[in-house]
Amino acid sequence: MHPFQYQRATSGSQAVAAVAKIPDASFIAGGTSQVDLLKEGVHQPSLLVDVAGLPLRQITDFEDGVRIGANATNTEAAYYPAILARYPAVSEALLAGASVQIRNMATMAGNPLQRTRCPYFRDLAQPCNKRTPGSGCAAIGGYNHVHALFGASAACVATHPSDLAVALAALDARVQTTGPQGPRTIAFTDLHRLPGTTPHLDTVLAHGELITSIDLPAFAGRSHYLKVRERASYAYALASCAVALEMDGPKIKRARIALGGVASKPWRATSTEALLAGHVPTEKLFRAAATAAFADAKPLEHNAYKIPMGRNLVVRALLETSGLQPLAGPAGTAFAASVGGMAGQVATPN
Amino acid sequence: MSRRTFVTATLAAAALLALPSVVAAAPEAVPASLATANDTAAMLPIELNINGHRHHLQLDPRTALLDALRENLHLTGTKKGCDHGQCGACTVHLDGQSALACLTLAVMAQGKAITTIEGLAKGDVLHPMQAAFIKHDAFQCGYCTPGQIMAAAALLQDKHARHGSAVEIREAMSGNLCRCAAYPNIIAAIQEAQRA
Ligand SMILES: Cc1cc2nc3c(=O)[nH]c(=O)nc-3n(C[C@H](O)[C@H](O)[C@H](O)COP(=O)(O)OP(=O)(O)OC[C@H]3O[C@@H](n4cnc5c(N)ncnc54)[C@H](O)[C@@H]3O)c2cc1C
Ligand code: SF4
Ligand code: FES
Ligand code: FES
Repeated sequence: MHPFQYQRATSGSQAVAAVAKIPDASFIAGGTSQVDLLKEGVHQPSLLVDVAGLPLRQITDFEDGVRIGANATNTEAAYYPAILARYPAVSEALLAGASVQIRNMATMAGNPLQRTRCPYFRDLAQPCNKRTPGSGCAAIGGYNHVHALFGASAACVATHPSDLAVALAALDARVQTTGPQGPRTIAFTDLHRLPGTTPHLDTVLAHGELITSIDLPAFAGRSHYLKVRERASYAYALASCAVALEMDGPKIKRARIALGGVASKPWRATSTEALLAGHVPTEKLFRAAATAAFADAKPLEHNAYKIPMGRNLVVRALLETSGLQPLAGPAGTAFAASVGGMAGQVATPN
Repeated sequence: MSRRTFVTATLAAAALLALPSVVAAAPEAVPASLATANDTAAMLPIELNINGHRHHLQLDPRTALLDALRENLHLTGTKKGCDHGQCGACTVHLDGQSALACLTLAVMAQGKAITTIEGLAKGDVLHPMQAAFIKHDAFQCGYCTPGQIMAAAALLQDKHARHGSAVEIREAMSGNLCRCAAYPNIIAAIQEAQRA
């Protein structure tokens, strides 16, 4: 591990100033992503500014929605009553991610800012434009089964690993920040970047820009998250899907669909969403929508399996969200979110 | 040890001798796993509250809580499996919740109540989860066991997971891998402790 200086932030503005003035300084909150990458030598900051102690941990009801403080843990947010009741996709995405221990440590700002799980990114012996700009991309000609179907470039084909981010994109969450240029609000769907020629930049955040909260806007419909992985639990998604559905009587008023594990950002299937509005939910409609969602997919050598997997995932997520098919477990739990899942009976919540 | 590392280490030791005694109290502070040729990070005074006792250490900020426990304080009950958050062998409690010592910087664990497997029993009376693991023979080699017991003991306090069915326990315990696959007995032990 490269040596670094450690500083505990005394205020948000002090943290912003401390990181902004040193090009290779970095924030740390729960540390579950940072410490791992420090040990790998992938991150070599000269200064770590610890923001975990800043008073940004509150979750509050806010303008008919919910404001989630940046430092709220993944566990706290997943079980917050208004999130469980009104945004179960968020609880499902959180509880189907990582492990109890990691969720107890991980923060709501840190989760969407974790880095890719592309294996070459963590292997210092391999070229990787995201880690070392200009060095090349080992995944493009290498083993790319976990890589992107959409929005990739000749410089990088990595996917974003966060489950939470997919649910937040479907719900049109907003990110509140304070940075060297003052405070601003970022639409969650604009937070992450496509790689283009600058894959080392994951997000639009300026250097030293601090997330203060993630806001869930008012939402009266149903939401749901569904995830496929290589083992039943404690694994990243191969592909995932979040749906937010608002009904007008028997018809769909508005559907929002975000796909995970297929791009460097949660991939909103916007044209597919338009196909659903105004229609009565049926399996046939959902199959047509799912086919449309993957019409522009560009598979690499080893990841074409994600296209039929993703289509089936979209159909199932829509069927379950609209109530045409029951959830695999109680809403808001990992059991509802997991395809395959743990063998055995889930107790009904008491 | 390469010649360069040897020279650096010798110079560092010489430098230490020339400094005031506060700093000279630090020779055990850098776990061997951290020592590199360009080791320049300054030591920090760190106070950790572990199993109800305060410990004062001089540590490199890079030191993970896991290494501070094992190498500086010789509390070797907490195990290092993967060192990357992928196995649960290093599970401890921070303020009563399960957490991974390998992904926690020691400097960031200050101000928290840290409980390790050594602090779970009350004197000679085992924690109910320890007793249940023994009764159900919930281990084979025992390497994952401290982490399993710490994760399971935290579940007893967790209002979202207190009365789990076997499948809910499996999900809640998925962060603790067991290479010997003692899983059925681990689940049985946890179910018994939860019923008690
Ligand atoms: C074994 C393992 C399995 C996992 N499985 C999953 C999974 O299945 N699904 C999933 O979604 N995730 C998974 N994770 C990832 C985990 O969820 C993230 O590591 C965690 O959410 C990151 O949050 P943190 O607070 O620990 O972030 P840190 O490690 O502290 O920081 C992460 C990044 O966020 C930045 N940051 C932190 N706070 C702020 C802020 N307020 N403003 C601006 N920048 C900030 C840091 O500078 C850093 O760049 C897994 C992790 C591990 C180790
Ligand atoms: S896909 Fe992106 S992260 Fe992976 S090796 Fe290529 S440049 Fe690096
Ligand atoms: S040693 Fe910490 S999780 Fe494996
Ligand atoms: S008892 Fe051997 S690893 Fe679990």
